[in-house]
Amino acid sequence: MDRVTHLASKKAAVIFTKSSCCMCHSIKTLFYELGASPEIHEVDQDADMEKALQRLGCNPAIPAVFIGGKYVGSARDVISLHVDGSLKQKLIEAKAIWF
Amino acid sequence: MKLTQLEQELQRARQQGIFISSSGEQSQSMSGNGALAFDVEYGRWLEDHNRRINELKGAVSNHAGDGELRIIVDSVVAHYEDIFRIKADAAKADVFHVLSGMWKTPAERCFLWLGGFRSSEILKLLITQLEPLTEQQLLAIGNLQQSSQQAEDALSQGMEALQQSLAETIAGSLGSSNSSGNVANYMGQMAMAMGKLGTLEGFIRQADNLRQQTLQQMHRILTTRQSARALIAINDYSSRLRALSSLWLARPRE
Repeated sequence: MDRVTHLASKKAAVIFTKSSCCMCHSIKTLFYELGASPEIHEVDQDADMEKALQRLGCNPAIPAVFIGGKYVGSARDVISLHVDGSLKQKLIEAKAIWF
Repeated sequence: MKLTQLEQELQRARQQGIFISSSGEQSQSMSGNGALAFDVEYGRWLEDHNRRINELKGAVSNHAGDGELRIIVDSVVAHYEDIFRIKADAAKADVFHVLSGMWKTPAERCFLWLGGFRSSEILKLLITQLEPLTEQQLLAIGNLQQSSQQAEDALSQGMEALQQSLAETIAGSLGSSNSSGNVANYMGQMAMAMGKLGTLEGFIRQADNLRQQTLQQMHRILTTRQSARALIAINDYSSRLRALSSLWLARPRE
């Protein structure tokens, strides 16, 4: 199993970010606001990880959000899912949050 | 190469229109044309939008059936897609113009958030204008308002982080002149700052994505008739703001 998939399956909510990426900051904030404690992996120094994310089809590669081990999307997808209520639903199903 | 010489070179390059104008001068910079083109396109879209809303108002006052109403409502919602596409192109050409809100009237600019309206505010308005709503609808609209508020807060915090990061980068480029190390530092920090400015477009894109998604979700929650009333209410509210702007601009001064 490749490193990304392995890391993504270890916690209910996992986000791959870069410390320089302010949109990543927004997505992390949204998760915190929902009461989730996502596992954050910064890939600033890890070009291989970033390439692995691209190979998995993550576009853009950063931020890459995984819930319950499955790729949910980048910033655009997360915001869309949040608006129609599915983001919260997915977090509850993955037991990342309780209500 | 002295720092002052570098500054002079930059100045010369700016005058030749190679760099996007920092002071917003419209005459020489590429960004000036992008801004003007967008203002014209937006004006055209708004006229078109007002025309459609008038058609909707006519249908409502003539007691049109749900079928006919749905056709007009769907066309208004589809037309909203156009402005988001136009804004996306405009943000690519001149993100600072879109952010400035200079393409809107003054009173509208009071409420500007990341280059447009706040979905959460629109929903607050609609809850008062759309009674009666079923229990289920009230809950859904309430959830939608909360979600849009949360997303707005998240994006705002990202923007604050960007501003902080940019300030630190510029501060990091300060230092005494006349040492080659400092020139390299200056160039490096400027390149980093340029990179950060480049991410602004992404924030506008996500803010518009939020607006688009919220409008669509609202449309799903409401009946056709309620959607019609909602679109009319939003338009009336914006028209009031624009009228207020005209009054303000024409006010007598001492």
